Amino acid sequence: MSTPQPPMPQQAAPQPSMPPQQAAPNWQAAPAPSYTSPIPIVRTHLGHALSSEWTKIRSVRSTMWTLGVFVLLVVGIGLAAGAAVSSSSPDLSGENPLSLGFFGLLLGSMCIITLGVLTTASEYGTGMIRTTMTACPSRGRVLAAKAIVFFVVAFVITVVSAAFVGFAQVAMLDGTGADEPTGDDWLKGTVGIGLYIALLGLLSLIVGSLVRHSAGAITIMIGTVLAPLVIAMFMFSESLSDLRDALFEYSIPNQLSVFYDNSLSRSGPSGWDPLWIILGVTAVAFVAAYALLEKRDV
Amino acid sequence: MIELEGLTKRYGEKLAVNRLTFTVRPGMVTGFLGPNGAGKSTTMRMMLGLDRPTAGDVRIDGQHYDGLRDPLKYIGALLDAKGMHGGRSAFNHLLCLAQSNGIPKSRVHEVLDTVGLTAVARKKAKGFSLGMGQRLGIAGALLGDPRILMFDEPVNGLDPEGIHWIRTLMKSLAAQGRTVFVSSHLMSEMALTADHLVVIGQGRLLADTSMADFIRQNSRSYVRIRSPQPEQLLDALSGAGIIAVRAVDGALEVDGGKPEHIGELAAQHQVALHELSPQQASLEEAFMRLTAESVEYHAHSGPPGAGRPDAVTPDAVTPASRQGWGSDWKKG
Repeated sequence: MSTPQPPMPQQAAPQPSMPPQQAAPNWQAAPAPSYTSPIPIVRTHLGHALSSEWTKIRSVRSTMWTLGVFVLLVVGIGLAAGAAVSSSSPDLSGENPLSLGFFGLLLGSMCIITLGVLTTASEYGTGMIRTTMTACPSRGRVLAAKAIVFFVVAFVITVVSAAFVGFAQVAMLDGTGADEPTGDDWLKGTVGIGLYIALLGLLSLIVGSLVRHSAGAITIMIGTVLAPLVIAMFMFSESLSDLRDALFEYSIPNQLSVFYDNSLSRSGPSGWDPLWIILGVTAVAFVAAYALLEKRDV
Repeated sequence: MIELEGLTKRYGEKLAVNRLTFTVRPGMVTGFLGPNGAGKSTTMRMMLGLDRPTAGDVRIDGQHYDGLRDPLKYIGALLDAKGMHGGRSAFNHLLCLAQSNGIPKSRVHEVLDTVGLTAVARKKAKGFSLGMGQRLGIAGALLGDPRILMFDEPVNGLDPEGIHWIRTLMKSLAAQGRTVFVSSHLMSEMALTADHLVVIGQGRLLADTSMADFIRQNSRSYVRIRSPQPEQLLDALSGAGIIAVRAVDGALEVDGGKPEHIGELAAQHQVALHELSPQQASLEEAFMRLTAESVEYHAHSGPPGAGRPDAVTPDAVTPASRQGWGSDWKKG
């Protein structure tokens, strides 16, 4: 278009014999030679940032790796669990067959956490963030676009994987006396779990934006998932039993199992509670990340 | 046009940028010069809205950077060659930038062609050499066909061919009426590209002058003399009203003297000469003198201007003296 191909003739090419006054650039005499680009001016909005972030997330191999491993874990472990249970043919009357997908999703959530962290933190690691923020000075818009694109990707992948494994397990457990999942069971086991894991990933994305360091943020998130359960295991003292129960009940693995109605405890969150809890935590974290992003230097 | 007004950045105790006020004008290449750690990159990051100024203001064509709707069409910047994700291909890197500003995809192919990366457009950026990375960064800066271009140390790590290419590119961009702002810590590089010069040291403005003026004021010519009879020579010279200064290595230096004149004088007084050579102080030396004195000025809190270099202080460059910026120095 108009990008120069050097060498170019210079308008104010200096004449060797001229005194400086005459050879001076004539920007004061003529109207300022301000350059006008032929590219049409567009008022940018969130849509532009979304398409940009979509290009980013699909164009790096780490996305394919983390999501590939996620599907492999969820489907692989889910089918293996189904096969193992059906071959030992126990009496599963009253059990929800979808709950066999739990272990695959628990392990798979590590992949979603990793992808979430990388979506933000890797830009700080590579220096890409400066390019990104120069192209889109509205920092909130960048964070929102990243959050939306990542959330949709994580949600769709989780729902599809969970649904596939769910159908396979129901078919495999046919005849073991397990309940036929109700509509509510299906809703929680696919959409519910999909929202929960995508929000967990979104929380990781936000932690990545706060910490700005991939390894650090991944460690924090995996610690958040596993630490309460591990700590609770070692609380033998009777005086700590209330705390221990709370740690158990509100640990992320237990909250995940609530979606299959097979919580490790009787009290604590039930029904759709885990979703509201993580929604609240993520919302608070998002506001904090947004405020800090506006305040800090890139 | 970029206007800085008392721009200041403080990191804890350290003032990285100290009340910088200057204007970068269109239609010319403005060199932004300073030793390493002078605050050049910090200043550029504040211009781009990446770092928040502690005080002061910077405006791009009258607007704050974060007020620009489609910034890539106003200002294209190359901050460092690493400003990209190594796992992404050159094409996708530029595509995501283009999309964020609503720039048509066809433009990505154009800039790849301009910087000569079309053949490796689908290759991952982490496999690129420093020069290729620099070219990709420049492609990103040119993407929006902006009227302002900003390059931070663009020739770092480039081979001579690449350096020549960048110089020609910057001059042609300025010739089209664009504002070109380029930082460097090499005076020699600036002398070949820049029309105007902004020098900073320790975050402070040391000079804001046309390149031609800077050269005129700082290119000191002198005659260097070595003799086995320095005392006799000094007597002879002072007898003729010539002031000679002893250099560090024992040689004598005469500012603005004519070698013929001095040689004849020595012959008359029968003084043997081992060396008689006209010398031209390099711009690099002038630059080092300028920045070194700024450091010295900073250390002793003497009266203002005490340790300052000659007429290149910012105050000395009045708007009136800006009128006659020359550009004929470039012929050299």
